[in-house]
Amino acid sequence: MTERSTTELFLGEGPGTSRGGQHLYVNMGPAHPAMHGIIRIFAELDGETVVKTDVEIGYLHRAFEKDCEVGPYNNAIPYTDRLNYVSPLINNFGYASAVEKLLGIDITDRCKYIRVIMSEISRVCDHLTCVGASAMELGAFTVFLYMIKAREFLWELVEEVTGARLTISYGRVGGVKADLPAGFDLKVKKAFGEVRQVLEEVHTLVTANRIFMDRMVGIGAMSGAESVAWGITGPLLRAAGVNYDLRKAQPYWAYDRMQFEVPLGKNGDNFDRFLVRMAEMEQSMRIAEQGLEGLPGGSIQVDWEGKAIDPAAYVDRGKQGKTEGLLLVPIQLSPNLQGQGRDAQRRVNADDKKVVLPPKETAYGSIEGLMNHFMLVMDGYGIRPPVGEAYFPVEGANGELGFYVVSDGTDRPYRVRCRPPCLPPVAALPRMIEGQMIADIIPTFGSVNMIGGELDR
Amino acid sequence: MLARLKTRLGAGVTDTHAHRGDHTAVLTREALVPALAFCRDEPDLRFDLLADITAVDYLRYPGREDGPRFDVVYHLYSIPHRHRLRLRVPVELDDPVVPTATGLWPIANWLEREVWDMFGIRFEGHPDLRRLLLYEEFEGHPLRKDYPIERRQPLIGPKI
Repeated sequence: MTERSTTELFLGEGPGTSRGGQHLYVNMGPAHPAMHGIIRIFAELDGETVVKTDVEIGYLHRAFEKDCEVGPYNNAIPYTDRLNYVSPLINNFGYASAVEKLLGIDITDRCKYIRVIMSEISRVCDHLTCVGASAMELGAFTVFLYMIKAREFLWELVEEVTGARLTISYGRVGGVKADLPAGFDLKVKKAFGEVRQVLEEVHTLVTANRIFMDRMVGIGAMSGAESVAWGITGPLLRAAGVNYDLRKAQPYWAYDRMQFEVPLGKNGDNFDRFLVRMAEMEQSMRIAEQGLEGLPGGSIQVDWEGKAIDPAAYVDRGKQGKTEGLLLVPIQLSPNLQGQGRDAQRRVNADDKKVVLPPKETAYGSIEGLMNHFMLVMDGYGIRPPVGEAYFPVEGANGELGFYVVSDGTDRPYRVRCRPPCLPPVAALPRMIEGQMIADIIPTFGSVNMIGGELDR
Repeated sequence: MLARLKTRLGAGVTDTHAHRGDHTAVLTREALVPALAFCRDEPDLRFDLLADITAVDYLRYPGREDGPRFDVVYHLYSIPHRHRLRLRVPVELDDPVVPTATGLWPIANWLEREVWDMFGIRFEGHPDLRRLLLYEEFEGHPLRKDYPIERRQPLIGPKI
């Protein structure tokens, strides 16, 4: 046996030991501290260079599409919350819009604006989480804390409107659950001020930071043409310089009435993705502000004092048969717990008795309203779109989020397909990281912004 | 758009419609890959983005009880021209095979794996047709209409 040097004794055979190459197999995940999300990357390494990888997904699969087929149309709304759990509002509205397209109904202008405003707030939340988490993985823990703080302000807005922070279930086929609360525009203004300050701070901290740039510039790059071939959409595609934003390309809801820019990158690497996300947050806030300014009907500042009555008292009056004039009395409802009254209903929901639940005054106070309510919630009745199929894409925080809904004419969707925006980048992940260092997997994976909920459905 | 597809492929296009503004063409299996290549490369179609591949099981669909069991559905989008197209290919239960689109778009690889996983439709020529979301030991294909939602799967893993 030949004499071995100390290095060889410690390192054994392998590259650099002049005893022939040997590849090392490393398994990252499904539960790895640097992987936010449950995914397995099986990497073949030559020294520190990644030669080949196999990405395995599906650890968070919970049969979203099968579950949707079981219940009536509106029952799928809570499931869509759990798709992209960082920006659930966009999923809600995307699904609702797909069913509305299938039904062939139009929603009110005010509802369109509410959807735009809430979607943009969600998009900012999503980008804050993505940028914050990937900066944290590169050691910039401060950035993460700052951005989560900013997200907190936005989630308070979401909570104000929907009554929940994460599993919001706010969208409805034909409208939304309830109107925006009183004084919402002032709260948005305040929260956006905080977010803008955080973005400024983050720019100062990392945008020209040597360590950050060394880890991000030129890493995980994909050209525009290649990104398109891989089906990548959203910030990742725009970072590669391809101008495709559904809000501009095929405007839906009220996006055609908004003024905003589509930030584009050049190199398609992690750094450009970071810059595009940072710029998009500013644009999203701009859209939300315009939405609040142009909100048809204005911000609600109505004082119900002396006019409205308590819903319980209202029901009692109905039960006692004192229904004379009852339909004209408005009731005071908490918009995020009990639904909405007649006035709010008219503002935000489509005028279609076959789709939208009647206002509570009508349901409690008249037999027609009660029957209408039951016809929509009874098994075998409910919303029944005509036989057909429809695909409705929206610009999700990660890219094109599409819902393909097939109806067989009954009250349940025959088939619901969600086009997950983060599946293509994860499929292209081997292409992005092969040939790079193993440490580069972490920022690249962070910039992909994999969301297990929508990837595995 | 649909007329152009029809003249080009002739008998390969069996039906077209534009329900709710979604342009849809129903193709035969043989015409699928030529149609996809035509849509991608023709200068005034230029469907460069393969948005989605999925399937629908028509087992209990009104009017389709006796027809082909599945439809494989392709959603295409053109970034330069900003238009969309849906292509559907009917497949029978006893011969659930469709030619692969992996030669045209690399993303077709994972999307087709998911369709195989969920519906048991095979893609001829696919380089690596494994299950995508479920595990190898999973029995059946859960998005088929004859797969009951409450069905339990056998436990896998090391025996104790």
